[in-house]
Amino acid sequence: MKQVVFEVISNRQLTDSVYQMELAGNTEAITAPGQFVELSVEGLFLRRPISVCNYDDGKLTLIYKVVGKGTKQMAELSVGAKIDTLTGLGNGFNDSIECNAPLLVGGGVGVPPLYRLARNLIAKGKSVTVVLGFNTASEIFYKEEFETLGANVVVATADGSYGIKGFVTDAIKEADIKSDLFYSCGPLPMLKALCSTLDIDGQISLEERMGCGFGICMGCSIQTASGAKRVCKEGPVFGKEEILW
Amino acid sequence: MVRDLSTTLCDVELDNPVVPASGTFGFGAEMADIYDINCLGSISVKGTTREARFGNPTPRIAECSSGLINSVGLQNPGIDTVISHELPHLRKIFRKPIIANISGFSIEEYVECCSKIDKEEQVEIIEVNVSCPNVHNGGMAFGTSAESAAAVTAAVKAVTTKPVFIKLSPNVTDIVSIARACEEAGADGLTLINTMLGMRIDIARRRPVIANKMGGFSGRAIFPIAVRMVYQVANACHIPIMGCGGVATAEDVIEMMMAGASAVQVGAENLRNPFACKQIIDSLPEVMERLGIERLRDIIGVVK
Repeated sequence: MKQVVFEVISNRQLTDSVYQMELAGNTEAITAPGQFVELSVEGLFLRRPISVCNYDDGKLTLIYKVVGKGTKQMAELSVGAKIDTLTGLGNGFNDSIECNAPLLVGGGVGVPPLYRLARNLIAKGKSVTVVLGFNTASEIFYKEEFETLGANVVVATADGSYGIKGFVTDAIKEADIKSDLFYSCGPLPMLKALCSTLDIDGQISLEERMGCGFGICMGCSIQTASGAKRVCKEGPVFGKEEILW
Repeated sequence: MVRDLSTTLCDVELDNPVVPASGTFGFGAEMADIYDINCLGSISVKGTTREARFGNPTPRIAECSSGLINSVGLQNPGIDTVISHELPHLRKIFRKPIIANISGFSIEEYVECCSKIDKEEQVEIIEVNVSCPNVHNGGMAFGTSAESAAAVTAAVKAVTTKPVFIKLSPNVTDIVSIARACEEAGADGLTLINTMLGMRIDIARRRPVIANKMGGFSGRAIFPIAVRMVYQVANACHIPIMGCGGVATAEDVIEMMMAGASAVQVGAENLRNPFACKQIIDSLPEVMERLGIERLRDIIGVVK
C-alpha cells in the first residue's frame, strides 16, 4: 500500500451511469490486475474503493458507476483535480495460473478489473475469451477495448437488446466457449451461477462494503473454506473453492 | 525548546499520549508495513474474547456525516491465539508497552481472559471493554449499569497484577455514576468513550444499511460528546483517563487532555487516514509551541 496524490487527466462518461477516469501519479504499488485503490472524496468520511481497470508507469485508469454521494462527486471532478489515494490494495488476480484458454467473465461494473487481466494474459500468449454481461445495450462499455487487446469478446444482455439474450452463463453455453480456467468479477448471483455451472478452476473477485480497505477494521470479513478472510486484504480475489455459497 | 510529549498512565510511562484505539489498528502488523509504529505512545490491540469470533454478518459498515457506523461484532482469533500468534509478532515490530483489550459475555469469561493476558510481559495495561454495542448479552450490557460494571471490575482486579482500565460506554444517562462505581471497585483507570449506538437506513431499499440493523457510531462527529464525558468523569474520579472518540488532530489531543485525559486514543480516523496517529504525533510539538505548552502532562485536566 502506498499513499499517492493523483491528478485527474480525463474523466468521461462511458454510459448513463458509468465513467472512466484517467489519473497521473505513481502506480508502483499496484502489482497485480484486480487490485483496487481507495479515493478520498471531499466531505465524506470514508474513502471510496474502486477497482483498477488499467495501470502503466505513471498512469492509472479507473472505471466507476455513479451509485451514491461519493461516486457522484467523483464524476464531477475536472481535469487537474487532485485526489488523495491509497493504491496497491488487495491481492488481485493471479495471472500465472497454468492454462491455455482463459475465460474472463464480467458483469456490469465488474468488467473493469478484467481489462488489465486480459492484457496480461494476452501478453503471455494465451487465447483469451471475454464474456461481458449487461442489462441492456445502452449499458455496454469496453467491448471495443477488449477486442483491440486481441480478446475474443462475447456480449450478453439480459433484455436481448444486444448480443446473446440472457445472462453470461447463457452466453457461455450458446457461444459454446471452451476454456480451462475462468476469472470473474460482477454481481454475486452471477458469480454463484458461474461457480456452479463451470466445472473448471476459477478466480472470482468479491465486493463488500469496506471500512478501511487495508485490513485493520474487519468491516469486510467473509467466511471462506479456510476461515475468516478480509475482502480488502486477503481478497478481493478468491479461488472458486474458497467460497462458501 | 524541546517539547515534552511524555505522559504516565498509572506507573506506565508513555513517550507520547497517542494510542490507536482497539479495533482500528488490528495487532499492528498491517500498519507496521506502512510506517514505523514505534512512534506511537502505545497500542490498544484488537478486542479479544475467550473463543475465536467471526462477528456479525455484512454489511458491517455504514458511512455517516463525519463518521461511520460499524457492527464488526468483536471479530478476533480468541485469547489463546492472540497470545500464541499475535502478541509474539507484535513484540517483533513494536518495542513499547501495549494495552490488551478484553471483552466477554460473562464475568467468568472476562476473568479467564484477563488472568491469561496478565501473564504477558509486553502487556502493561489491560483495557476491559464493557461497552461494545455490537454483541448481544455481553459487551455493552456490562457497561450500562453501575452494578455490573463494578462487578466486572472487581472480578478482573482479583486475578490481575497490571493496571486495569475499564472502557466505558457513552450510551448511558449518567456516565459519572458508572465511572465512580468502577473506581470504587478497584479500577486503575478508565477509557472513554466507546462508540455511540447508531443506525442508518437505505431509503431506496427501505431497510437498515447495516445487516445487524444498529452499530457503533464513531468518528469526528462524536468528539464533543467524548470531551464532555472525559471532563465530567475527570472531575468526579481520581484515576487516570484515556480519552477516546473522534480524535483526528494534535489540537484534538490537547483538547482531550485539557478535559482531563492522561492519554488519548485515536480510532475511526485510522480507517480513513492510515497515517493519522503518526501525523498527530509529528505535529504535536508545533501545536504545543503555538499554545505555549512545554510539557504535555502539565495540561491534563487544566480546564475546571
